[in-house]
Amino acid sequence: MTDASALYQLKGLSKRYTRGKETVAIFDGLDMTISQGDFIAIMGPSGSGKTTLLNLLGGIDKPSSGEVVFEGQRIDNLSQGRLAKWRAKNAGFIFQFYNLMPTLSAAQNVELPLLLTSLSGKARKERVKTALDIVGMVDRAGHRPGQLSGGQQQRVAIARAIVADPKVLLADEPTGDLDRTTADEILQTLQLLNKELGKTIIMVTHDPEAASYAARELHLNKGRFEEKGKA
Amino acid sequence: MNDATLIRKNLFRKRLRAILLMVSILVAFLIFGVLGALQNAFTAGTGTAAQERLVTVNRINFTVALPYAYWGRIQQVEGVRNAAPASWFGGYYQEPQNFVQSFAVDPETYLEAYPNEIVLPPEERAAWLEGRTCAIVGRALATQYGWSTGDRIPLMSNIWQNTDGSQAWELDICGVFDDTEGTYPTNYLMLHYEYFNESLAFGRDSFHWITINTTDPALNDQVSQEIDALFANSSAETSTTTEAAFNEAFMEQFGNIGLILTWVIGAAFATILMIVGTTMVMAVNERTREIAVLKTLGFTAPRIFRMVLWESLLLSFLGGLIGLGLASLAAAAASGALAGFLPSFGLSLTNVVTALVLMAALGIVTGLLPAYNAMQVRISEALGKI
Ligand SMILES: Nc1ncnc2c1ncn2[C@@H]1O[C@H](COP(=O)(O)OP(=O)(O)OP(=O)(O)O)[C@@H](O)[C@H]1O
Ligand SMILES: [Mg+2]
Repeated sequence: MTDASALYQLKGLSKRYTRGKETVAIFDGLDMTISQGDFIAIMGPSGSGKTTLLNLLGGIDKPSSGEVVFEGQRIDNLSQGRLAKWRAKNAGFIFQFYNLMPTLSAAQNVELPLLLTSLSGKARKERVKTALDIVGMVDRAGHRPGQLSGGQQQRVAIARAIVADPKVLLADEPTGDLDRTTADEILQTLQLLNKELGKTIIMVTHDPEAASYAARELHLNKGRFEEKGKA
Repeated sequence: MNDATLIRKNLFRKRLRAILLMVSILVAFLIFGVLGALQNAFTAGTGTAAQERLVTVNRINFTVALPYAYWGRIQQVEGVRNAAPASWFGGYYQEPQNFVQSFAVDPETYLEAYPNEIVLPPEERAAWLEGRTCAIVGRALATQYGWSTGDRIPLMSNIWQNTDGSQAWELDICGVFDDTEGTYPTNYLMLHYEYFNESLAFGRDSFHWITINTTDPALNDQVSQEIDALFANSSAETSTTTEAAFNEAFMEQFGNIGLILTWVIGAAFATILMIVGTTMVMAVNERTREIAVLKTLGFTAPRIFRMVLWESLLLSFLGGLIGLGLASLAAAAASGALAGFLPSFGLSLTNVVTALVLMAALGIVTGLLPAYNAMQVRISEALGKI
């Protein structure tokens, strides 16, 4: 099963945790294909394994069995060091609570992933400016996270996620901590990144309205996906 | 921005904490520097020559005198090239607190014994050998009291009494001496033994020590045994050792400086090791989440390990270098005030190198555990809990 347009292929993916004597399977033999340029919203009850799935896709966690194939190459069997390099190159992460470094300015936060590249200081500055421009935060470049609102912090976090030009953005409840209006702005930004820049986005959310921005909605329940047709 | 920016920002994220840690390290290195300078002062002037000269003193104690006749008998011992007798004078100038390190010596033999330590212009040398009331003073001492050749000064003794009932000896300063290399102290004064001896109200015809040059340093052991054997079972037995060993024994009267130094510095360092070590562990624990984010972005575990280690090294070197700097300033200030007692009060290259090694060791030891912890942070666990 090879698909030229597939960015990800999950093959027989299982993730089990042992709690005491009990073994709990979060997924058991999950198969799934994610195409290049897709925008997927993953929904599902709390504890259904949404974050676990993102961690597997993002090379943060390893499956108990099965394969995670990215652009035709398995990433589930890479060493920690190689996974770190893979993440730096291919994946951008967006969190519910932004996770910006409190001691760094917005621009410095955005620059962080570029420290892992061989770009010159000048080239890095330009990239940072472009990324901040895309999320509309250039005028706050010098501000520290503590001086920014939640929505603004999330914009900076998105800039950080895209600055190294990764193929996929993994977002875990990116609007979970924001009010409706701000959430909509953030979601529009994500949609723009998907449509204009062709970024593949996989977004976990509890919010059906947020999910409606995605091209595809998947419901995770008891280790299985149910696809919902878009209204 | 680079990793160094991150390291610096992390260190100073809680400014007060960073400053307190730095001050505690600073204090330890200040103590290290000042005590090191003190030890240098106490052990100054024990060059290689001191290993080759012998010193004969009373076996009881170097403050107990030896009979004058010993000088002549020691000169007769096979292998003795030169024997220079000397007595403590215990001098002070005008006020008892104006301590003047001073000895009554036989000029000719004394100059012969210390060719590098005492360098005089030929005419001043001749003047001293000739003039009974002549004294020579070292450059440092002359500078301290503003004395120069031609001055006549009354030097008081806190040991001896003059036959005229006073405790003063009138001295003409006939010369100011230097040392050849600038490595020996020049903070003392010497007067004629004969002039001193003939005007003593008590304790005449004795001296406190004899400095001996042998014809060949290889003979030193043999010569010292022979001298001590010569006076064995007499009323004043002798003890003959190298001058270096004698100097060390002399310093021991102030306590075992080396041992005190080791204990004080050891205690100071054990304390900061614990304080800085635990604080660093706590500081890095507080950042678990940020470390997890860096890892998510693709920072590798070894890189994070290095960053934390550099942070504690930076802390250690900042505190250490400031402390060492203050110590050398303090030593410079004190060396002026203490010139009479302790010449060459300052930090040596060995002190500085040792301090740098200690700073590195402190940084590494306090950084290893938090760096290891940081490296071990698991992203999903650290980010899962909010
Ligand atoms: N390290 C772990 N050890 C044991 N169990 C774990 C571990 N991590 C996650 N789990 C369990 O796996 C299940 C799925 O967790 P996950 O965080 O993926 O859920 P989620 O769908 O993201 O939920 P939420 O919507 O609340 O964020 C949960 O039951 C959780 O308790
Ligand atoms: Mg979750």
